[in-house]
Amino acid sequence: MIRALEASGRWTREGLESLGFATRAFFNLLRYSPGAFRRPTLITEQIHFIGNYSLVITIVSGLFVGLVLGLQFYVNLIQFGAEEKLGPLTALSLVRELGPVVTALLFAGRAGTSLTAEIGLMKAGEQLTAMEMMAVNPVQRVLAPRFWGGVIAMPVLATVFSAVGIIGSYLVGVKMLGLDEGAFWSQMQAGVDVNRDVLSSVIKSFVFGIAVTFTALFQGYHVKPTPADVARATTRTVVIASLLVLGLDFVMTAMMFGQ
Amino acid sequence: MSNLVEIRDLQFSYGERSILSNLRMDFPRGKLIAVMGGSGCGKTTVLRLIGGQIRPQRGQVRVNGEVVNELNTAGLYRLRRRMGMLFQFGALFTDLTIFDNVAFPLREHTDLPEELIRDLVLMKLNAVGLRNAHRLKPGEISGGMARRVAVARAIALDPELIMYDEPFAGLDPISMGVTANLIRNLNDALGSTSILVSHDVKETFAIADYVYFMSAGKIVAEGTPAELRVSQDPYVKQFVNAEPDGPVPFHYPGKSLSDDLGLGGKR
Repeated sequence: MIRALEASGRWTREGLESLGFATRAFFNLLRYSPGAFRRPTLITEQIHFIGNYSLVITIVSGLFVGLVLGLQFYVNLIQFGAEEKLGPLTALSLVRELGPVVTALLFAGRAGTSLTAEIGLMKAGEQLTAMEMMAVNPVQRVLAPRFWGGVIAMPVLATVFSAVGIIGSYLVGVKMLGLDEGAFWSQMQAGVDVNRDVLSSVIKSFVFGIAVTFTALFQGYHVKPTPADVARATTRTVVIASLLVLGLDFVMTAMMFGQ
Repeated sequence: MSNLVEIRDLQFSYGERSILSNLRMDFPRGKLIAVMGGSGCGKTTVLRLIGGQIRPQRGQVRVNGEVVNELNTAGLYRLRRRMGMLFQFGALFTDLTIFDNVAFPLREHTDLPEELIRDLVLMKLNAVGLRNAHRLKPGEISGGMARRVAVARAIALDPELIMYDEPFAGLDPISMGVTANLIRNLNDALGSTSILVSHDVKETFAIADYVYFMSAGKIVAEGTPAELRVSQDPYVKQFVNAEPDGPVPFHYPGKSLSDDLGLGGKR
């Protein structure tokens, strides 16, 4: 009993310490961000790299998710004679939920792990220490541009995912199953609200971008400089970032759409 | 002659484990001073303390009159702009070309036009014999060449103090000789002060002005290479002549072989 209490106390203390440490690291990153913004090419380079890491997988996944959604919704809607609602239903599913969430999960698996491994290997190879010895702050020079690159790339990727998904749904519903094209697009236009749906999607993906990119950079920067720990850190990035995305999604959905 | 770097009563430990104790060292301006000793004796820790990467529990490290361990981050960065450091395996940025590696400190700390940076980088690379390799990536050159590129990067801003951490480790004899000559020549040409951490006796004695010998975090001997070659100090003799046994024992401390073999009392 005493041991169990000791263990729970230790876990709580260690958990709070880790949370405090991560919070300090996050504010440190924000503190050095203005320096990164003074050299915008560093950030645009990272938007390009990080966006490219995830672009192909985002497009392919978006297309297949759209195809499947189109098929599933059509098969069920037609039973109630409501197949013309395929457009808005697919669009709302993608824009409100699947676009930001699935993109963030793919982003964590593709770009997040790359970032963790890159920063971890830079640390293991003493490149970050070398930078510090050259009087260059690695948080400002390396981490901040990658952070903002990821944060900016994420909403763009989520938008691409949703757009390609809608095209997938269109292909199935209109081109394959014969739904009226005008009904598909006009119902979608009427059913999707820019402020309520599209803006909430952008806000969600922006927050997911912060969560995933910060997790990836934090795991890489605080890795023990050994190959085994770099490998463990990349795994931790996927697990922690994915759980954060799902948890944040619930909280934000409740805030945005809860009555 | 004044000292560029002074270490006084330095005490450093990782937790309970003492690494350096009561260290006192002087590094005069314009000289090439070597710090030698076996693996784990605290040589690299001395460099890290001079560079302000770690702070001592007691004592002072002074560089150019400034107490390194009392400087804040901004002060440390200001001081480091006048330092260059060569890491054991070069620590080159693997995603940049050799040219961009050497240009890195110039681009970060100066507003020089790109044409001038190009000329400076090519001159630095010429000094280490790698001007024609400037388009290659670190992964495309040998370990010895990578070490020379790292030297070119370390001297990019013409530092007052250059620190070399095990510059000869893992090099073939030709690269070792080239690197040793380079360190000496750069020290003289730039008029800088160099601190060379190494356990390679031949190359270090050939180029150093003065040598500190360390063991278990303490200075156990010091002098010019000529003095140390004829030293009767048991540790220096063992180290210089590469003797397998002596003050640094061949066998890891513990029970004797006869005890382990059950030959009671016989040794």
